[in-house]
Amino acid sequence: MSSLLKITDLHVSVDEKPILKGVSLEIRQGEIHALMGPNGSGKSTLAYTLVGHPKYEITSGTIEVDGAPLNDLDPCERARLGLFLAFQYPVTIPGVKVADFLRHAVTNIRNPARKEGEGLIPMRDFRKELKERMEGLGMDVEFARRYLNEGFSGGEKKRMEILQLAMLQPKFAILDETDSGLDSDAVRVVSEGLQKLAGPQMGVLIITHHERLLEYNVPQFTHVMLAGKIVETGDASLAHELHNHGYATVRQRHPTEAAEEQEREKTAPAATAVR
Amino acid sequence: MTMDVPVLEDDIGVGDYQYGFHDPTDKYVFQSRRGLDRQIVEQISEMKNEPAWMRKFRLDALDTFFQKPMPTWGGDMRDLDFQNMFYYVKASQGQEKSWDDVPDDIRKTYDRLGIPEAEKKYLAGVKAQYESEVVYGSLQEDLAKQGVIFTDTDSALKDYPDLVREYFGTVIPSADNKFAALNSAVWSGGSFIYVPKGVKIEFPLQAYFRINTQNMGQFERTLIIVDEGASVHYVEGCTAPTYSSDSLHSAVVEILVKRGGRCRYTTIQNWSNNVYNLVTKRAKAYGDSLMEWVDGNLGSKLTMKYPAIYLMEPGARGETLSIAFAGKGQHQDAGAKMVHCAPHTSSRVISKSISKDGGRASYRGLVKATHEAHHCKSNVVCDALILDSHSRSDTYPYIEVNQDNLTIEHEASVSKIAEEQLLYLMSRGMSETEASAMIVTGFIEPLVKELPMEYAVEMNRLIELQMEGSVG
Repeated sequence: MSSLLKITDLHVSVDEKPILKGVSLEIRQGEIHALMGPNGSGKSTLAYTLVGHPKYEITSGTIEVDGAPLNDLDPCERARLGLFLAFQYPVTIPGVKVADFLRHAVTNIRNPARKEGEGLIPMRDFRKELKERMEGLGMDVEFARRYLNEGFSGGEKKRMEILQLAMLQPKFAILDETDSGLDSDAVRVVSEGLQKLAGPQMGVLIITHHERLLEYNVPQFTHVMLAGKIVETGDASLAHELHNHGYATVRQRHPTEAAEEQEREKTAPAATAVR
Repeated sequence: MTMDVPVLEDDIGVGDYQYGFHDPTDKYVFQSRRGLDRQIVEQISEMKNEPAWMRKFRLDALDTFFQKPMPTWGGDMRDLDFQNMFYYVKASQGQEKSWDDVPDDIRKTYDRLGIPEAEKKYLAGVKAQYESEVVYGSLQEDLAKQGVIFTDTDSALKDYPDLVREYFGTVIPSADNKFAALNSAVWSGGSFIYVPKGVKIEFPLQAYFRINTQNMGQFERTLIIVDEGASVHYVEGCTAPTYSSDSLHSAVVEILVKRGGRCRYTTIQNWSNNVYNLVTKRAKAYGDSLMEWVDGNLGSKLTMKYPAIYLMEPGARGETLSIAFAGKGQHQDAGAKMVHCAPHTSSRVISKSISKDGGRASYRGLVKATHEAHHCKSNVVCDALILDSHSRSDTYPYIEVNQDNLTIEHEASVSKIAEEQLLYLMSRGMSETEASAMIVTGFIEPLVKELPMEYAVEMNRLIELQMEGSVG
């Protein structure tokens, strides 16, 4: 039976400022969903909320996997239940080697009941698997010895996110602008990488401004977010249309949300311009 | 001569500190009464059957100790009561060459600390000091044949009197500071090492210091002489039982590295949290030699320790790598001192400190150059990681330069574990504790990778133990 990630009427605030205002979404394993929308519409907020960022406070609504609520679980517990976020801005962890980090992560995800200090997966198996995965993504295996994201280029960081996705094989993967800030070669590598990984065992939510990622990973559903709500849902052609014509027509069709968006930009322009 | 030894039963339990157990003390050979005066010092000298010059050295140092005021900087020592300490405690008859001959209780302690095991695997020689005296010693035969001396300082005074008299107290005079004076008055045990010209010792020599008695003062005195072109790596480890009242560890370590020699001195200090650790360490490095201090401070209530290197001749290099971890109730006031006394000398200090659960970590460092010391280079980098809002980190860098023609660089950074870093690791299935430990391990990794593998593993394990249960 395929798993279901169900988001129901989700309201989320950051520093007591409401950002998400009633988001509902259902993603099944094996489905690909695209989430689009202008800057500041709440896409990244949804992504961070799903993985349990402590700054993002759920004021009402629920997140469930197969009926089990996630609202009160910490990021570690959610990850062990099969949620994964490919971060838009992966952080640097100085002094921690990629291989050591991944061996801990893989052990915890595959053995969700593991307690601290219990054994890690055997080194030999892990190394073999890591090498295969890295080669599959066209990554130099030397990366395994480097410190996590330290001195990585933008493209290398994003590829590292995809490598983690490959190793952890989550039930639900959220990709937050994994294709942003990359040159076209890097976008292709990431897109092909995801294409190889996504399958019947993975539900994917792709947050993107670009079309390339969606060319390789054609969504069954495209959602458009405006002012903290999903205002439209369509198929792949909606993504195509938005890419070609922007959000003007969406705003026309949803004047209330468009007005809210304008209001918000007036009060907090900085929050939408940068991260 | 056996004396009645008070039975000390107010052990507050070992808690999270795994070496906090203690052994019975009723079979001890000798224990001085509490407190410090001329009589105690004379008694120590007499028991050791020392030459007159050493007895005078001690008594003069005692006068100096009483004359010098307590330092008004560094850590809080108001509760340190010199008259409540035991200054000399002898647990067994003498130094043994086989672990089988070491008294059972003591041998078991070292078994629990893993010393005999480590000795078999990767050490060239071992000294085990228990209370005031070294109870076990070994040195690989081929090294002894090459003229390497590795013994306790008391034995060295008997067996190599000229060598000891030539160097003892020359690097750190007893009047250097109050605690150097105290050590000079009541010193006992410690290592004496002589590495002859050109002899390179491949595996480390290790000393292990253990305090067992409550209110014990341990005052080992170490003297290392590395002759021209020779090299040695000396490692010391230290632990003590957890008691409700304090003990004192005040060592003096003097090192001479002659032309072209190399000495690395690694400390993994893991005293229990009731030990005042007030140590003076200094090396003189001569032409084209290299002196390195690798100083890991994880335990103790208060540590004040600033390993120094005096760069005496051109081409001398000095390096100090310092890791300090201050947990609950701990103050690590650690650092380094580099004194450039000659031109074309270089020094480097890398310090990493971590504070958590209200602990306080301070870096205190001095870079000094005399007016002869032109064309010198010094580089100091201090990074501090603070794990929570009630912990503290300070940096006190001092620079005294009488010379324009030199380069001194100093960088300092203080960081907190970023929420984003924790989120990132936790979103990959790591618990908060595991994620914090990983960030801390990564923070000190540039230093830990300098350690031989066995010690790197030990250091990481100790950090993990310090981190356990600390988050929440």
